[in-house]
Amino acid sequence: MNGLTGRRTVSLRHVRIELALHELRVGSGRPLLLLHGLAEQTPAAVPESAAAWPGPVWGLDFTGHGESTVPIGGGYTAEILMADADQALSELGEATVLGRGLGAYVALLLAGARPGRVQGTVLADGPGLAGGGPTPGSPSVVQTVPGPSGAPDPFAVIELTRDVRPPDYASSYVRQALQLSGLEVPVVVSAIVRPPWLAAVAGESGVVSLPVVEALRLLAHRPGRELV
Amino acid sequence: MPADGQAEVSYPGARRPDRRRWVDTGGLRLAVSEWGHADARPILFAHGGFDFAGTFDVFAPMVAEAGWRVVAWDQRGHGDSAHAHLYSWEADVRDALAVIDSIGLAPLPVLGHSKGGSLMLQLADAVPHRVQAVINLDGLPSDRSWPDVPEHTRTRMLVGEIEAWLEHRSRAEDAVRRPGTLDQLAERRGRMNPRLSKEWLRYLVAVGARCDADGWRWKIDPALRLGGFGPWRPEWSMWRLPSLGMPVMCVLGLEVETMGWGTRPDDVAPYLPAGARFIPLDGTGHFVHIEKPRTIADLVIEFLT
Repeated sequence: MNGLTGRRTVSLRHVRIELALHELRVGSGRPLLLLHGLAEQTPAAVPESAAAWPGPVWGLDFTGHGESTVPIGGGYTAEILMADADQALSELGEATVLGRGLGAYVALLLAGARPGRVQGTVLADGPGLAGGGPTPGSPSVVQTVPGPSGAPDPFAVIELTRDVRPPDYASSYVRQALQLSGLEVPVVVSAIVRPPWLAAVAGESGVVSLPVVEALRLLAHRPGRELV
Repeated sequence: MPADGQAEVSYPGARRPDRRRWVDTGGLRLAVSEWGHADARPILFAHGGFDFAGTFDVFAPMVAEAGWRVVAWDQRGHGDSAHAHLYSWEADVRDALAVIDSIGLAPLPVLGHSKGGSLMLQLADAVPHRVQAVINLDGLPSDRSWPDVPEHTRTRMLVGEIEAWLEHRSRAEDAVRRPGTLDQLAERRGRMNPRLSKEWLRYLVAVGARCDADGWRWKIDPALRLGGFGPWRPEWSMWRLPSLGMPVMCVLGLEVETMGWGTRPDDVAPYLPAGARFIPLDGTGHFVHIEKPRTIADLVIEFLT
């Protein structure tokens, strides 16, 4: 129990990283998992856009963020953060995922990687949405990172604004979710800003665009394996 | 410094480094090996994925004998370097520059095999003021080995690969490499390196594995895993090649094998910068410098003269 917010935090082990998974609201039914944006962390309370969610609400601090371990020497990829989120899914079982910015990209990867566990995902605006763009830019080598050490890890801030996010790579994940999840609407795009990877996702038939509140209402009341 | 292997296994021409030291990269410790006189002209060697600096034990001394100070490092998680929290291509390039910084500010030639060759292409493109020449040993990825299958099948292949990787991540916390006798480890590695001699593979075990109470284990981080997925495209490495303004030499082994890319000379030709030397080698596999160390060392020495 965290003294400041009263929320319960579960510690999850991901290889050599301790991940902090925060319970923002106790409840029964299908959980909503929040994935924060780049250099953010899980909010102290359930955000307004998710207030109407009928079940429990959890939030994960990614590696190098919030209360999770700050690794030594960087080396971030979006795929590693997807594996972070997979640890949270293992703890929660099936969940609906709401991702902001970088967390939206990770949520998409997770929806494609675990189509049997992710019960709908909502991709929202937030920091780190575009990453390094659709193709590699001119390379540079960042050896020392500015700013204070600790969370958010400056290496994460630098490396996850440079990772390449090709539209066809994002499309392969959304197609996996569409083909293998058994859900009518596995992915909802809520973001107003659409970098190339997200424009490709939004353009797939079967993907719908709705504001976050409506997207969550649609996913909460979708007839599913369990009632919420 | 780490113990010098348990090198009761010898191999003709193999020589352990003349000096070993550590380099710090963002708080992580890398093991650096050097052959040749400490005040000779330096050259950086980068090994391939799942290898370690000791794979240069025959080739590096030949280059050192020609008056070079050969500096190689074990990539993070490999050989005697620290097992890291995270691994990425960008981190490996950053680590390479940390090793170069430990040598000095003057530009120097760099040589890389396989993944190390691709890393050196990116390094030379990113910091051309630090790189005098680039030598690439069978490190030119092409898209030839990518499966040509219908989209629907590919979706299932990808999801299978990702799930296997996620399961590996879930188990990797407690993972240890499977122990075995020295011969068993050599035999296992031989499956991925079928063109290399049993004697050489036994030697590699003696320098790249450690002997625990229950047997030999490769030192490489058990969290690392062959294969994988991600946004990376093989041609992105090739795209670095035309940018390079320094002298470039590329050596390609033409015998196709598991650990290589299957790249053909026609795949490389359009990307070669003006004046680049390109040497396709018939009858040679992916490990050109291990199969033909004398030939490659002579090419390198002549190219740098």
